[in-house]
Amino acid sequence: MRRFFTRNAPGYLFLSPWLIGFFLLTLGPILASLYFSFTRYDMVSAPRWIGWDNYVYMFTRDRRFWKALNVTFSYVALAVPARLAMALCVAMLLDKGLRTIGLYRAIFYLPSLLGSSIAIAILWRQLFAGDGAVNAVLSFFGIQGPSWITDPQTSLYTLVVLAMWQFGSPMLIFLAGLRSIPRDLYEAAEIDGTSRWRQFTRITLPLLAPVIFFNLVLQTIEAFKTFSSAFIISHGNGAPADSLLFYTVYLFNEAFSFFRMGYASALAWVLLVIIATFTGIAFLSSKYWVHYENERD
Amino acid sequence: MKTNATDAALDSELAAAAEIAAISRKKREAQARRGRAWKHTFLIAASCVMLYPLFWLLSASVKPENEIFTTLSLWPSTFQFDNYSKGWNGLPLSFSVFYINSTIVTVLSVIGNLLSCSFAAYAFARLKFTGRSFFFSLMMLTLMIPYHVVLIPQYVEFLKLGWVNTYLPLIVPKFLASDGFFVFLMIQFFRQLPRELDEAAEIDGCSPFKIYWRIILPLSLPAMGTAAIFSFIWVWEDFLGPLIYLNDIKTFTVPLALRLFVDSQGESAFGQMFAMSVTSLVPVVIFFILFQKLIIRGIATTGMK
Repeated sequence: MRRFFTRNAPGYLFLSPWLIGFFLLTLGPILASLYFSFTRYDMVSAPRWIGWDNYVYMFTRDRRFWKALNVTFSYVALAVPARLAMALCVAMLLDKGLRTIGLYRAIFYLPSLLGSSIAIAILWRQLFAGDGAVNAVLSFFGIQGPSWITDPQTSLYTLVVLAMWQFGSPMLIFLAGLRSIPRDLYEAAEIDGTSRWRQFTRITLPLLAPVIFFNLVLQTIEAFKTFSSAFIISHGNGAPADSLLFYTVYLFNEAFSFFRMGYASALAWVLLVIIATFTGIAFLSSKYWVHYENERD
Repeated sequence: MKTNATDAALDSELAAAAEIAAISRKKREAQARRGRAWKHTFLIAASCVMLYPLFWLLSASVKPENEIFTTLSLWPSTFQFDNYSKGWNGLPLSFSVFYINSTIVTVLSVIGNLLSCSFAAYAFARLKFTGRSFFFSLMMLTLMIPYHVVLIPQYVEFLKLGWVNTYLPLIVPKFLASDGFFVFLMIQFFRQLPRELDEAAEIDGCSPFKIYWRIILPLSLPAMGTAAIFSFIWVWEDFLGPLIYLNDIKTFTVPLALRLFVDSQGESAFGQMFAMSVTSLVPVVIFFILFQKLIIRGIATTGMK
């Protein structure tokens, strides 16, 4: 018993901050949130158990819930592939035969560091305003652009463009991945007269699959959680006409504007299930298209 | 005679072949050069597009109010630097207060992150204890969990503790290794360090804490640096946490102050609003310029954000 203690004590001692945090800030709150999701709770009186009512209301009668899902899924489906495609293209351009790569890499990465800040969200709202810089550039070419931010038809695209602007970190990860592909594969292909496109589909893509998979999972989770830029650009409530009602913005409003903590907890749990499902599908499907180098020997 | 003739034929053939090879090499070099030129042209154009919004912001922050939306030129007719001084005092409290608040929260959060995450990472990477792999998988699972799921119960918890309108809800979690990303980053780094170091120190009678403090930490400065820089930038830019926990303007951090500025003055004083936006980005840009290498290596190895 004593030996058991002395053997384990240092490990648990070093782990203790994380352990306390895990129980008090993660596990406890997750379970509490599950409990709240079955109650009506306004922070004034104690939570009152109402069974599945929150979930039933959400799926059958809450139009804004469906709107929020629609907005968020559209955003994820547009922003993630666009960002990854940009990142891969630029990474491949930077990968071979350039000496000044460091400068470009820095320029392309900078927006990713700044992009999630409030300052950039404020800037974006003005860039895409009716009289903003984007329309000024367009009118220079004789095109009359819409009022991007206040038009419900186009407002979501301004956020997709903001996401594309921040392709820096997947680009860096792709670059690291491209570097690890052996050069002689391309040289052999070159001698055999293989076209560039075939080199891309037959060498680059398969060997990069693990990295693509990693980026895809990470960026999808990230996109589902988008909050501050959507919050600022939509004036905090999903305007115009709920076209920017991101799931997280809706959740925030239910919780902290209307103090429907029980309902907001149910929303949070649905988000958790959605993200878990996506990650699960990605992992299950990965064995069909992702092969790791060291599996083969 | 005959052999001479064949020799001559062979020679000329060889010469021709060499010539063809030289031409095709030159051709290939020329092609490569042209390829590089195209690439540079494209990349320079792309860089301009990428940087344009930032330059627009910078120029709008010193433009006279009536010029911001009327001219395409990035160069203002007159430089209106008092956008900065007016904006700085454009809210009931001066921006100095918000900068001090942000600095307090950020510095304490960075310290908390470095200490608690390196503790956890040291336990996971170097110490043996029952349940290690179980807790490790739990830690990896928490990386996936969206903050929004724990947000409401955490808020209730902190409200009951009377911590709302203080910095404690923002700082204390950082001392409890709440950011799994940094734990993961440090584990990756610690694992690369040779085990013999620990073993030799253990034989010399070093306690685990001494090994952590004297051997592991000093060897892990690059990883610590990367974690410090990223936690600085993320906490500096954090909006959701302060938005929920800070209601009193005296406690506002810079992002909250910016939002207040937009709501109260934004439509009438664009120049000042952009000037304050620029100042909020300055620390991040400075960090990026100073620590570019660490930042870029950090992402390439762990795939953060």
